[in-house]
Amino acid sequence: MATTWVFVEETEEGPATVGLELLTKARAFGGELAALYLGAGSDEHFAALGAHGASKVFHMAPSDLLPTASAAAAIADLAGQHSPDLILFGLTYTDRDIAGRLSARMGKTILSNATEISVDGGAVTVTNEIFGGMTLVDTTFESDAPYLVIARAKAFVAEESGGGAPEVESVAMPDVGHSGSARVTASHAERLEGPKLEEAAIVVAAGRGIGAEEGFAVINELAMKLGAATGATRAIVDAGWVPYSKQVGQTGKTVKPDVYIAAGVSGAMQHLVGMKDSKVIIAIYKDEEAPILGISDLGIVGDLHKVLPKLIEALSNR
Amino acid sequence: MRVAVCVKQIPDPASPYDLDPETHFVVRPTDQVLDDTDRYGVEIGLQLAEQTEGTVTLISMGPSGNLQGIRQALAMGADKAVIVDDASLQGSDSLATAGVLAAAIKREGFDLVIAGTESTDGYAGILPQQLAELLEVPALTFAKKVAVEGDTVKIERQTQTGYDEVESPSPALVSVTAGAVEPRYPTFKGIMQAKSKPVDTVTAGDLGVDVATKQKIVSIRPAPERASGELIEDDGEAHLKIVALLEQAKVI
Ligand SMILES: Cc1cc2nc3c(=O)[nH]c(=O)nc-3n(C[C@H](O)[C@H](O)[C@H](O)COP(=O)(O)OP(=O)(O)OC[C@H]3O[C@@H](n4cnc5c(N)ncnc54)[C@H](O)[C@@H]3O)c2cc1C
Ligand SMILES: Cc1cc2nc3c(=O)[nH]c(=O)nc-3n(C[C@H](O)[C@H](O)[C@H](O)COP(=O)(O)OP(=O)(O)OC[C@H]3O[C@@H](n4cnc5c(N)ncnc54)[C@H](O)[C@@H]3O)c2cc1C
Repeated sequence: MATTWVFVEETEEGPATVGLELLTKARAFGGELAALYLGAGSDEHFAALGAHGASKVFHMAPSDLLPTASAAAAIADLAGQHSPDLILFGLTYTDRDIAGRLSARMGKTILSNATEISVDGGAVTVTNEIFGGMTLVDTTFESDAPYLVIARAKAFVAEESGGGAPEVESVAMPDVGHSGSARVTASHAERLEGPKLEEAAIVVAAGRGIGAEEGFAVINELAMKLGAATGATRAIVDAGWVPYSKQVGQTGKTVKPDVYIAAGVSGAMQHLVGMKDSKVIIAIYKDEEAPILGISDLGIVGDLHKVLPKLIEALSNR
Repeated sequence: MRVAVCVKQIPDPASPYDLDPETHFVVRPTDQVLDDTDRYGVEIGLQLAEQTEGTVTLISMGPSGNLQGIRQALAMGADKAVIVDDASLQGSDSLATAGVLAAAIKREGFDLVIAGTESTDGYAGILPQQLAELLEVPALTFAKKVAVEGDTVKIERQTQTGYDEVESPSPALVSVTAGAVEPRYPTFKGIMQAKSKPVDTVTAGDLGVDVATKQKIVSIRPAPERASGELIEDDGEAHLKIVALLEQAKVI
């Protein structure tokens, strides 16, 4: 592959992890590797991009506008000048917004939900998982480059290459008129406690089986004992019992902890894709038919409200 | 306000769909249902139309079949539907689909377009953004709350750590998250009325669009299986098994 670009959004902790994962992956394709960086930027952030393999950074600095339409136009212009072969995005909100608009602007199809990307000469094949990860689908492009791909978080592991500081080119955000007129007027962030869900070694996740919002207390208590992060199914996020930031699955976070404890979670396909690659999976549920059993190392048919308090007590007595 | 709501008919998700072994396309039975994800968009569309004395038009692409899914949305209260049913569009990618939907929406006229954030069967999760670019309007995405004040569309946009307040002038596109609102259940009257509401079935040619799909599935294969573990019935001592496994995993 002659030239690969990876879109990387700035987060509170610096370059988004999924962006660094994709840079790491793209190193294996050979050729030129550049990052399309959206955020305030700093020498430290650019150095992190360089350390993960980018020799060049195209830097886009956003205003109070929702940057997506303008960033898509900026990238389309850059692509027109430099003709990259492959442009990679992560499956996050900002990435999806920009990739989608870019795709329509350039008339290029996108392969989404990628968990593997293979490059053979100039040909790119993208693999994604369907049916909760039971089936793999390989898809190729039938158009000309640039090929656009959106990959799932944690499909690849971020590793530094020892690359030095990249060359940084500042890219103007073009005025795209009405399309770019959405404005961010306020931001609200929750205060997050305990380890980050995506990084925790242990995740304790709850589903509708906890019965009610109050049922999450025992989940919190167990997590506290284990130094674990808490997770949730979409069912209890939609019910308003816990915030969306805890959702694991297709439309939530992807986690790969050492141990994933699922309590009252049935294991719908959309939940499984977000956690099935955990090293050890323990599930507690009422009915023997729950699909989560199929991927559990230990499945316990029982009442979580009986098992978990005893577990907490046993851990306290150690 | 003229609200266009994108709705998709999908195979009943209660049983996993099949992929055609030759074409690799999703096998779509005659009786497809309304994608649950789209009920939220329909509900928001209806609320905004009620508030502004406007109309709700459903826009859909796919084999119409017996129109069960479309009638479900009409029974909730939508005024009419346009469905693009054209065998040549089978297996369309997301961009081709967006091209067709954009043409249908433009023909109807719109002030606001509503879509789900990702469908249940394909979940590429990019169609709303592609559609917004083709319609040359702002995309207010991942909305968990939507309000219209005069010519301004305001949303609460879900973020990883909370939400942002985002607004733009109309016309605009909004993609709504599941759980954003409580979708209404159709009343008996609604179900009866839905039977006689206008459903306009058109082809790509009728809309004057010519789209092409530029991706191809080359193989479908089973994923490597995870070795299945131990299944036990809680006899009052199951928690000890968990402790043992946590020790073995060296996390305690
Ligand atoms: C487009 C789309 C995207 C989606 N994305 C996601 C996603 O990102 N993440 C996600 O999680 N879901 C997602 N979903 C939803 C998913 O399909 C399921 O609806 C959801 O995961 C089910 O949640 P649950 O396991 O909590 O509930 P249920 O399926 O209701 O399961 C509850 C389980 O608890 C058990 N139980 C009940 N009482 C007890 C008790 N006292 N002790 C022990 N066990 C008990 C029951 O036996 C059952 O197995 C998505 C759906 C769609 C259509
Ligand atoms: C397993 C699988 C994987 C796929 N992967 C890709 C891929 O990587 N790239 C790609 O381009 N295509 C892909 N497709 C094809 C894609 O699903 C279809 O083109 C589909 O019509 C549009 O995409 P979506 O349903 O994924 O849309 P999403 O972007 O997930 O849908 C968001 C919203 O758009 C609206 N919408 C979507 N489709 C329609 C429709 N036909 N009629 C009315 N409203 C609609 C709905 O409101 C929906 O909630 C895939 C299909 C399958 C079955």
